[in-house]
Amino acid sequence: MSELLLDAEALYLELKKGVQKLMTPDTALVGIWSGGAWLAERLAADLGLASGTISSALHRDDFGSRGLVKADHTTLPFDVNGRDILLIDDVLYTGRTTRAVINELFDFGRPARVQLAVLVDRGGRELPIEPAFSAARVTLGPDQKLRLAQGEDRRLKFEVK
Amino acid sequence: MLSKRNPQLNKHGELIHLLSIEGLPRAVIEQILDTAGSFLSVNDREVKKVPLLRGKSVFNLFFENSTRTRTTFEIAAKRLSADVINLDIARSSTAKGETLLDTVANLSAMHADMFVVRHSESGAPHLIAQHCAPHVHVVNAGDGRHAHPTQGLLDMYTIRHFKKDFRNLTVAIVGDIVHSRVARSDIHALNVLGVPEIRAVGPKTLVPGDLRDMGVRVCHDMAEGVKGADVVIMLRLQNERMNGGMLPSSGEFFKHFGLTPEKLALAKPDAIVMHPGPINRGVEIASEVADGKSSVILPQVTFGIAVRMAVMAILAGNEA
Repeated sequence: MSELLLDAEALYLELKKGVQKLMTPDTALVGIWSGGAWLAERLAADLGLASGTISSALHRDDFGSRGLVKADHTTLPFDVNGRDILLIDDVLYTGRTTRAVINELFDFGRPARVQLAVLVDRGGRELPIEPAFSAARVTLGPDQKLRLAQGEDRRLKFEVK
Repeated sequence: MLSKRNPQLNKHGELIHLLSIEGLPRAVIEQILDTAGSFLSVNDREVKKVPLLRGKSVFNLFFENSTRTRTTFEIAAKRLSADVINLDIARSSTAKGETLLDTVANLSAMHADMFVVRHSESGAPHLIAQHCAPHVHVVNAGDGRHAHPTQGLLDMYTIRHFKKDFRNLTVAIVGDIVHSRVARSDIHALNVLGVPEIRAVGPKTLVPGDLRDMGVRVCHDMAEGVKGADVVIMLRLQNERMNGGMLPSSGEFFKHFGLTPEKLALAKPDAIVMHPGPINRGVEIASEVADGKSSVILPQVTFGIAVRMAVMAILAGNEA
């Protein structure tokens, strides 16, 4: 993977362009905790959109083996009913987190539409979930972990383990 | 396998049974309080249910009656999507002569995943935890004079909600401390969370001096006990204490230790008043105080459901 591909700040600008094309007057951004929440908050400020944060913790399918994961709770400061929801995440991988947050979202009401935009799509899907926009696609081994981190200056960077 | 050190924790230090606050590390208490915070908001959703305990069976085993505690556990389990089975044990198997462990073995054979146990004998939930199948989790819903850990935890949640930080607080617990499992659980939790001053307030018959061993300041005078307090926890005066000759009369108790607006005025202006319920108006607390602006007795009930959801969700996710 090249340095350029890992430049989270450059990818953010691409994501912003992608979100601009997808947004409608009814769009609300919902960032998936934690990396997606930082992105959604920043996109909402840059594009003047409503935004909230969503956590997969209460709907995860690995609760039986992993137990309750520590996560911030869902905060959606708008009515979900009839809203055009654009989920924002940093990294899309198996799609299981996306499935869990869609269930979580519907506990709050019935959105008119739900789409997904991500910074990086790393492939490896285990569910029929596709993003409407991804700023980059990369290929990583199944034992590699890619996550977004936020520095003290709020600049975004990717961490690969 | 139950760990020899603490039967409530597995070898990774994760909670597998909730039997007592005594012996729980601060991190586990804080995990429960933090998790309860995320469950509190479930009440505001269109769908007031999350699927964490879907397909699990929670058995409420109440060997001693308590409609309110049983109901809050039932609501909590149902909000987690569990199937809830309420057994009025006091009136069924035990009355026919079945032993506690036989009752539990039978219920385990019905594929229970969690037992919520209320018993008049101290240690009964502990005994059940030692003998039930390894996948079964046990929650103590009050045993004898020993412990009532979920009440203690919901009290801590309430204090943290209103006071934010435990480290500068003065907490007064007033009433029948010696017979109270709630007081015992509260004192353990307040000590672990770093409250610098815990006062046990009441007459000598109900607040003996050896309570000092639990790290509390013993006060036999209400004015001294309440003065400057940030939190006043009133306990229910149980009628059987009066019958047992430990108190002259409920009127006499109210005169000395009942919380009236005048006595509450000695506490800090922003003090909160708590009570585990059910309250006895005019016995341990005046109506003006119970219904007044300092009272957080009803928020305690709401928080109690979120705390019990947190305990059950954490237990269900951890393996023995």
